[in-house]
Amino acid sequence: MKAENALLGTAGLAGFLVLCEAVPRLGIVSEDYFPPVTRIADALVTEFGDQAFWTALGDTLTGWGLGLVIAVTAGILAGVVISVVPFLRETTASTIEFLRPIPSVALIPLAVLLYGTELQSVLLLVVYASFWQVLIQTMYGVQDVDPVAMETARSYGLGTWARVRHVLWPTALPYVMTGVRLAAAVALILAVTAELVIGAPGLGRRIAVAQSSQAVPEMYALVVVTGVLGLLINVGARTVERRALAWHQSVRGEVAV
Amino acid sequence: MLDVRGLKKVYEGSGRRVEAVRDLTFTVDAGELVCLVGPSGCGKTTLLKCMSGLLTPTSGEVLLGGRPVTGPPPGMAFVFQEYGRSLFPWMRVRDNVELPLKQKKLTTSRRRELVADALESVGLSDAAGAYPWQLSGGMQQRVAIARALAYEPDVLLMDEPFAAVDAQTRADLEDLVRGLWQQRGITILFVTHDIDEAVYLGERVLILSASPTVVQEQLKVDLPTERDQLHTRVAPRFAELRTHVYEQIQAAKRGRPADLEDAKDMKADAPPGAP
Amino acid sequence: MKRLALQLFFVLALPLLLVTAWWFASDGSTDVYWPPLRTILTTFPDVWTGEQLRADVLPSLLRLLAGYAAAAVVGVALGTVIGSYRRVRAVCEPVLEFLRAVPPPVLVPVIILFAGIGDTMKIAVIASGCVWPILLNTVEGVRAVDSVMTETARSYGITGAARLRHVVLRSASPQIFAGLRQALSIGIILMVISEMFAASNGLGFTIVQFQRNFAIPDMWTGILLLGLLGFVLSVLFRLAERRALGWYHGLRDTSRRSS
Repeated sequence: MKAENALLGTAGLAGFLVLCEAVPRLGIVSEDYFPPVTRIADALVTEFGDQAFWTALGDTLTGWGLGLVIAVTAGILAGVVISVVPFLRETTASTIEFLRPIPSVALIPLAVLLYGTELQSVLLLVVYASFWQVLIQTMYGVQDVDPVAMETARSYGLGTWARVRHVLWPTALPYVMTGVRLAAAVALILAVTAELVIGAPGLGRRIAVAQSSQAVPEMYALVVVTGVLGLLINVGARTVERRALAWHQSVRGEVAV
Repeated sequence: MLDVRGLKKVYEGSGRRVEAVRDLTFTVDAGELVCLVGPSGCGKTTLLKCMSGLLTPTSGEVLLGGRPVTGPPPGMAFVFQEYGRSLFPWMRVRDNVELPLKQKKLTTSRRRELVADALESVGLSDAAGAYPWQLSGGMQQRVAIARALAYEPDVLLMDEPFAAVDAQTRADLEDLVRGLWQQRGITILFVTHDIDEAVYLGERVLILSASPTVVQEQLKVDLPTERDQLHTRVAPRFAELRTHVYEQIQAAKRGRPADLEDAKDMKADAPPGAP
Repeated sequence: MKRLALQLFFVLALPLLLVTAWWFASDGSTDVYWPPLRTILTTFPDVWTGEQLRADVLPSLLRLLAGYAAAAVVGVALGTVIGSYRRVRAVCEPVLEFLRAVPPPVLVPVIILFAGIGDTMKIAVIASGCVWPILLNTVEGVRAVDSVMTETARSYGITGAARLRHVVLRSASPQIFAGLRQALSIGIILMVISEMFAASNGLGFTIVQFQRNFAIPDMWTGILLLGLLGFVLSVLFRLAERRALGWYHGLRDTSRRSS
């Protein structure tokens, strides 16, 4: 079954590529708008030979990675503290509910004014967007801690730190990992957005430049690169999640929040 | 009414071949209440799913009223063991019971009548507007039974319906099934792994062997038609019958050496009472 | 009564504290980028007049609605087909995984090639970004329909359209809503940046205009309005979800209590 699925999947991918080659070749869609796969592949190879491409890739990954690390650290810390202290949980709930749905792109003009095309612009957007994902999932996870387990730990004389370490953290971890996975995907979207719209250096800006200079195959090649990047991030995050939770009897589903 | 002839079901997948049911032949007459018992894992559920048209047998056939079953037939209703997964949690009790009727081209008033009547029969008229998950396990299984009744089946198949409810609820539900059978004259095939339940409920008990499954014995239950939990279960005849069924199942579990292909099981003590 | 007062305190205390802090911290601020909150709030009604709302906010919202609705219809329909057949799923999976992974904003320059810079482009951008979470969640939800439920439906002759409507889609609805929720936030992002990229009206366009003209308090009112919009849309979504998934939340609470 597994082999069959892999085979079907490969066939699907091949079919998709053939379709993308055939549609412009047959003139169904103009080649000016949608170049055939082979020409995109050519452009991709040219990109790979260009030092500037690798710099752009590095810039994007820096903005993504740095922003993600900041958001994850802040999200976990804030999430644990807020949900462990009942008073904080009660008082912050309404504020979180209000701030979370604010689209991070609303901050674009502010980022432009404050930081121009610097890295900080990217970080502002990336951190704002991914912070909430981690925070919410962490809070959900901590609230899922079994009170009986907590009581048991207390009755055996475990201190606060030991309780957090041995009871709270293991329970919350699956949720935290889900939050990190979602945040990783969102962070890439915002990093590319910042580059595309603000013009911070990176793949996004390279796409904008390719578009304005009518370099259509190059633009598609770069879009494919961002897609592959997103794919690697998704697959990577899922693998890390599964590894880290291999001990867990039930790898939980996503929390609907 | 219901004929099973030479039924055989083999599961094949990922290089493994499992013979769940080897060769089953039996009949259930119209208006009869037959219980099927067998050791756990003997393919009872497989058999029932083949009979209801949910699974296609590898060979052999099932006839309902003389016509071969190829898909789920309209005159048959199924009550599953997992009531929690068989009732639709997004529908209220009333809608759960009504949904199958919507496929039957009945008038709205007739549908309402059937739903109300079925819920009345299982004593759940008050719960019509509730969601299934707001009810206890026993009540949920009552809803599933009401859904089957409203469908007006000729044959009712029940797959270990009370395996997941507590003992007292179970006794109530057993009496409910007997009562409904007597009132409505439906043909019921009731699968269980509980010997007492089989003897208490059935007019006839079919004992299945261990997998690969054949019919080990058919037993007529010569208890009076009027049964109740208090007296029937302590009647000497009840004790005799249940002891007999118990012995048969123990024998079935050990298996007849001729039927075994697995060398490891062959080493088990020779069953003294085995036929 | 006392409980209610306490609850009100918990809901309002921190927001009030934050706004007050902002008010006083920014009062008398001479930093051009951080105008006093007083100035921003007094500018707000001047900037966002009824006419301005009609000229800028309404077109944005209509485009969002059109793109989102198109994505929902296509995503659920296609997702149901793909989710129902194992082989179709196996064929489509790698391609879908890739398409979903493409960050939606990079579609803006691609779609501009096809659709120019008009409304069509913006609706197409929003739809093509929103469709993936809806599609993939529908596939997942349809695939995971409980086997006992499927068999129940079959044994009672519930097939075809009735099965789809009463069993498959209802059973997948929690997953579908999870997808719709993700899609909503993506849709708002795309609404804004498609307007920042190329437009002559819309919320995103106007905010960027303010920023380019160094109308800083006006820009701040735009940011506030956008934030408010995001909040209101999420509240509306939650209301719709509560209505459609009331049974699901009840079921989940029940099983959580008993476990």
